[in-house]
Amino acid sequence: MKTVAVIDYGMGNLHSVSKALEHVAAANTRIIVTSDPGQILAADKAVLPGVGAIRDCMAEIRRHGVDDVVRELVATRPLLGICVGMQVLLDHSEENGGVECLGLLPGEVKFFGKDLRDSEGSRLKVPHMGWSPVNQVDPAHTLWQGVDGNARFYFVHSYYARVANEATVAGRSDYGLGFDVALGQDNIVAVQFHPEKSAANGLQLLENFLTWKP
Amino acid sequence: MGLAKRIIPCLDVDNGRVVKGVQFVDIRDAGDPVAVARGYNEAGADEITFLDITASHEGRETTVHTVERMASQVFIPLTVGGGIRTVEDIRTMLNAGADKVSINTAAVFNPEFVQDAADRFGSQCIVVAIDAKKVSHFGEPDRWEIFTHGGRKPTGLDAVQWALKMENLRAGEILLTSMDQDGVKNGYDLGVTRAISESVGIPVIASGGAGNLDHLVAAVKEGKADAVLAASIFHFGHYSIPEAKQYMATRGIEMRI
Repeated sequence: MKTVAVIDYGMGNLHSVSKALEHVAAANTRIIVTSDPGQILAADKAVLPGVGAIRDCMAEIRRHGVDDVVRELVATRPLLGICVGMQVLLDHSEENGGVECLGLLPGEVKFFGKDLRDSEGSRLKVPHMGWSPVNQVDPAHTLWQGVDGNARFYFVHSYYARVANEATVAGRSDYGLGFDVALGQDNIVAVQFHPEKSAANGLQLLENFLTWKP
Repeated sequence: MGLAKRIIPCLDVDNGRVVKGVQFVDIRDAGDPVAVARGYNEAGADEITFLDITASHEGRETTVHTVERMASQVFIPLTVGGGIRTVEDIRTMLNAGADKVSINTAAVFNPEFVQDAADRFGSQCIVVAIDAKKVSHFGEPDRWEIFTHGGRKPTGLDAVQWALKMENLRAGEILLTSMDQDGVKNGYDLGVTRAISESVGIPVIASGGAGNLDHLVAAVKEGKADAVLAASIFHFGHYSIPEAKQYMATRGIEMRI
């Protein structure tokens, strides 16, 4: 029996993530939702979701001791960060006046801005909400197995990631500017979009994570 | 390629059953909201909106249970509206698996509720529903007012100003229903849709009045809507979701196909 822990630190729609994982999990894989460090560290893999403001997310992550748990976990086992759960893995976010994050992946989280425009000069709404295509800059990456190039995923965010190390970028998107939406380094993979809300492509990506052997 | 415009079918649900029935695809139980939502998901809908019109308190429990079942089987964004009046109502629906809630009358009577909700749960899950009706007379500059109680009660609030206020209170999205057009199938009210969409910086969903595919196109092209919500044209099988998406795409609108 394999266990995948969805890390519950009080922020995020855990129901959607856990149900989507259950939907694609093999019969010998159990999905648990937990905030207990012991249970998380006993799992074979973990998922770090997150929605809402990053300052609140980081505060709850620290309060639950999830920062230390995640650091320990990724030394030996795979982790998938989703949305704000991806952003917190970087060094720093400019949301909420500036928030220090976990620093597991070198990079910054920045605001789209109030006057975001497309290449033709039309104003773009913020949050970036809806289905955007993802350019699979590393098409061989485990996340993209069985997913068409430029397949669309569902996004909801006002802040975007720019990583320091190009080699960690598996996917990019454009919304008035280019940004990094799928990251991978050692045991860590992370996505800005919501695979649990991205229909068949999202489910395929989650299945890829569950079967991944880094 | 960039962000796609969204098509959002809306299910009116009373005590766990889809109102008016649905006849669009081959589903066993056209009254079961979960079966219907699954059908729309498979057809390529971009999101689902679940409008709860259950009046009774006991019925609300059924609603929560239905949302739970739907969220376990449908992996696209789900918005729940109807009867959302307190922070606790929002928490209940999000915990049941909704991704967003739509706040309507409660926002009219207590706009700070929107801010409170956004502070607690994040703007991304707070949709403010606006029911607007044209109140300007022929020859006057266009003006739209907010109405409550299914379009019966005027509030004296200007719809465009209200939308801006909701954005300032950190609403994540506006669901704009034109009360003149709702159910009439003569097309969305493009004037109010455009006036609001060009005023606010958050996405606007056009609702009320879709009768054919040109109406969907016009809502995006002329109304500048970011998404279109429709019920009967899809429910009764007049058009399928793929057909609507193809039609919009051939008219130069970016769609997820």
